[in-house]
Amino acid sequence: MADQKIAAYICQGCGLGDRLDTKALAQIAKTDGKAHLIREHEFLCNADGVATIQKDIDEGVTHIAIAACSRRAKTEAFYFPTVAMSRANLREGVIWIRPEGDEHQETTQEMAQDYVRMACAEAKKLIQPTGNPTAERNTTVLVVGGGITGMTAALEASKTGYQVVLVEKSGQLGGWAGKLWKRVPFKEPFANPADTGVEAMAAAIQADKNIKLYLNATIAKTDGAPGRFNIDIATESGSVTQEHVGAIVQASGFTLYDIAKLPELGGGVNPHVVDQAGLEALAKAANGGAIKRADGSVVNSVVFVQCAGQRDDSGKHLSYCSGTCCNTSIKQAMYFKDQNPDVDTIVIFDDLRTPGNGEDFYRSAQKKGVTFTKGKVAGVTASGNGCKVTFNDLILGDENTTIDADLVVLATGQVPNSGVNIDPSKLEAETEAAAEVKQISILNLNYRQGPDVPQLKQGFVDSHFICFPYESRRTGIYPAGPVRRPMDIAQAMEDATGATMKAVQAIENAAVGRAAHPRSGDLSFPSFRAEGCTQCKRCTVECPFGAIDEDEKRYPVFNEARCRRCGTCMGACPVRVISFENYSVDSVGSQIKAVDIPDEFQEKPRILILACENDAYPALDMAGMNHNEYSAYVRIIPVRCLGSVNLIWVTDALNSGYDGVMMMGCKHGDNYQCHFVKGSEIASIRLSKVDETLKSLNLETERVQNYEVAITDIERVPQLINDYAAKIQEIGLSPFKF
Amino acid sequence: MSDLNAQAKEKYHNNFLKEVAANVEEGDWVKMCMQCGVCSGSCPFGPHWAHPPQEIFMMIRAGKREEVLTSDSMWMCTSCYNCIVRCPRKLPITHIMHGLANYAHRLGLAPKNQPTRQFAKLFWNNIVKTGRVNELKLSLGLYFKDGLASGIKTGMAMKNVGLGLMKAKRLNPMEILGGHGCKDIKGIQAMVKKAQEIEAKRKGFTAA
Repeated sequence: MADQKIAAYICQGCGLGDRLDTKALAQIAKTDGKAHLIREHEFLCNADGVATIQKDIDEGVTHIAIAACSRRAKTEAFYFPTVAMSRANLREGVIWIRPEGDEHQETTQEMAQDYVRMACAEAKKLIQPTGNPTAERNTTVLVVGGGITGMTAALEASKTGYQVVLVEKSGQLGGWAGKLWKRVPFKEPFANPADTGVEAMAAAIQADKNIKLYLNATIAKTDGAPGRFNIDIATESGSVTQEHVGAIVQASGFTLYDIAKLPELGGGVNPHVVDQAGLEALAKAANGGAIKRADGSVVNSVVFVQCAGQRDDSGKHLSYCSGTCCNTSIKQAMYFKDQNPDVDTIVIFDDLRTPGNGEDFYRSAQKKGVTFTKGKVAGVTASGNGCKVTFNDLILGDENTTIDADLVVLATGQVPNSGVNIDPSKLEAETEAAAEVKQISILNLNYRQGPDVPQLKQGFVDSHFICFPYESRRTGIYPAGPVRRPMDIAQAMEDATGATMKAVQAIENAAVGRAAHPRSGDLSFPSFRAEGCTQCKRCTVECPFGAIDEDEKRYPVFNEARCRRCGTCMGACPVRVISFENYSVDSVGSQIKAVDIPDEFQEKPRILILACENDAYPALDMAGMNHNEYSAYVRIIPVRCLGSVNLIWVTDALNSGYDGVMMMGCKHGDNYQCHFVKGSEIASIRLSKVDETLKSLNLETERVQNYEVAITDIERVPQLINDYAAKIQEIGLSPFKF
Repeated sequence: MSDLNAQAKEKYHNNFLKEVAANVEEGDWVKMCMQCGVCSGSCPFGPHWAHPPQEIFMMIRAGKREEVLTSDSMWMCTSCYNCIVRCPRKLPITHIMHGLANYAHRLGLAPKNQPTRQFAKLFWNNIVKTGRVNELKLSLGLYFKDGLASGIKTGMAMKNVGLGLMKAKRLNPMEILGGHGCKDIKGIQAMVKKAQEIEAKRKGFTAA
């Protein structure tokens, strides 16, 4: 680019001027960095410093390299949206992690000089992004599911001023809550079952002009991206209507675990053994009167079996606690006690879990005379005209306690209606039962990677639990309610509200081409050189967010609004044709090459660190703030995600004489911390194959190492670096130095 | 006494929880126990009980009537009140223990040779006679509770203590003849009688 005008700024504040020879740094920027304009400033982030930079920009500077503090610091002062900018981290990355004293001065200065070279090299390769050319603003939210979660989402979106298309597969609104006789109370004094409120909500939906309601309808196809989704809605009559929406809230709810899978507890075998839904139906039929069994006889004794088919460690049933069934059983026991205090109601529990204000509700049930017995139920058999429950009384230590009851209620758990599991590698971890319910796709996404939102465990949809729990792995699609994790009505309503706000945010982000979490606000997006592409499909397969489709010639089709800008596609591409305007194979590669590699006789190794910008780089910065010292031989380059690391960088580094490469990414696996879900996992898979390449080059496998680093590893990261530097000393310098 | 037991059994149709709620002091609280076990863990006598309070509450709910009422566990309570202080559900556990003991005693089911029970009986009979405790009689009553031989043996063993007390004028041997009483002994006895009547009426007993 002929019209590039690069300016380099060397800050002398925060002790940089005292510790470093800034004149020499300025000289480096001129000779090695080839900057057209170089300024030293005593305090670059103050009003005068910022004004100086702005004035230069106004006079034609197009690219700036700021050699001062970390790129994570002073972002408000150094905010120049019209030009491409790189930052050399001389403060947190050099003077704060190096000891003072003459004997350290040489290596510290070299470190700073390399960072200035790298910043200049990077700046040259950057283009300030202009935003997604396909951005559209569509202010309609699609809500899939008309239960409590879906209705809450629809009403909240409408109240915020957005339009809603609400699709419910059954003939009426209400979902699970609509089948209840009463709900667990959500207001003081948390003592009695309360009205479900479903009718009032359904009426509010019907009356709301912003909400378009489709009953007896399912989603036949979902196409597009945030801001421009095309939805085919199939109605029972067979007709298909198309709706255009900006974002989606998936409130597809749950199904109760099938009691027929629990024949030892009488499920599906004994007519007087029902699940919680069965009891709700009996209570509804009784309409406040005495609850009768299916055979019409009045129930005088009832036993509730908690954790039926849940918290199972044998692998046969659900392994998790649904967290709602204890409160539900308490409520259902009250149905009997409130009508007739002489009905014997016994709840057999292992651990009674009553989250929220359930403790008050539990106490209220005890006051009403519900008996709670700690035990593990072994079996339910027919006995006369009722059931005999055999259980191990865990308090009294009697293994074969029996109770006779007219009716037994099994508290089975919630199985999410999350559609098709598109990740077959996860299938083995699933219980058979859980898999069965999910054969039918909910969203029918017309995405290359599959028709539904990816799942993590047990069929619950995947989301970054710690940092952005609402984000699914499909941008603009927000699962809410029990499809995300087991929850009760109160939690589902809160969850729906949150998901709706995220959907609104997604709509507004898509409208201006901005990325969602974690690179929120980023305007860049990946593009590729079609003439170089070999149609290998790695990018379309590996994208953690399903952002890349394929055209009929199997070239990748990027859907910018779905993209989270992690760069996993860029790291995957074997021919390196994928790049972002402000982040590319070249922008990092040229930094690697800009480092001055001392010849072997100087005995100064050089170690490249590629550090994830989300966790590892902040940890390194914080190590600097704490003045935790580390080796002066490392050169750190932040990357968007380890998934974006293209192996060419590693090869280039080793070829240009680096003695070692450290990769620092987030934890992966089921309890992953990777902000792009799969990035660090994919990187470690790629790196597992590097060893053979190293051996073929006659290099030690230790020369490339991968580390899992958390943002809190402020003490550990410097230690890792120092240990690694010691190891490099031990195995000796690279033979590839010139 | 056994009539009373049979009546109670008949009345509550083996619903022991209801029986306890109606007849035992603070017995209505038993249903509120959430089986956390803090009482059992807090009890200084914990390891010596056959059934610590948590277990007794569970046995009541499980309808183990005979086992509870014939148990000596609640007689072990020393009224230290640790359990009451610590119970997260605020159950008056100490009072319930005494209530249960009292109920078992009324029904004639309490263990016959339980020392706490025997001492309580001696103490009660001693104090209602004159309105004050006759310490000499109480001690001797305790010595001879298991018969003449063991009484003499215990008496001999305690001889020096007794003589010492006498020298220090803390023990008057003349008390053996009846001892001194309160000013209005008739009034006190009438008061106790009335209180017993009220209690019996409240708990549905015809006679104590």
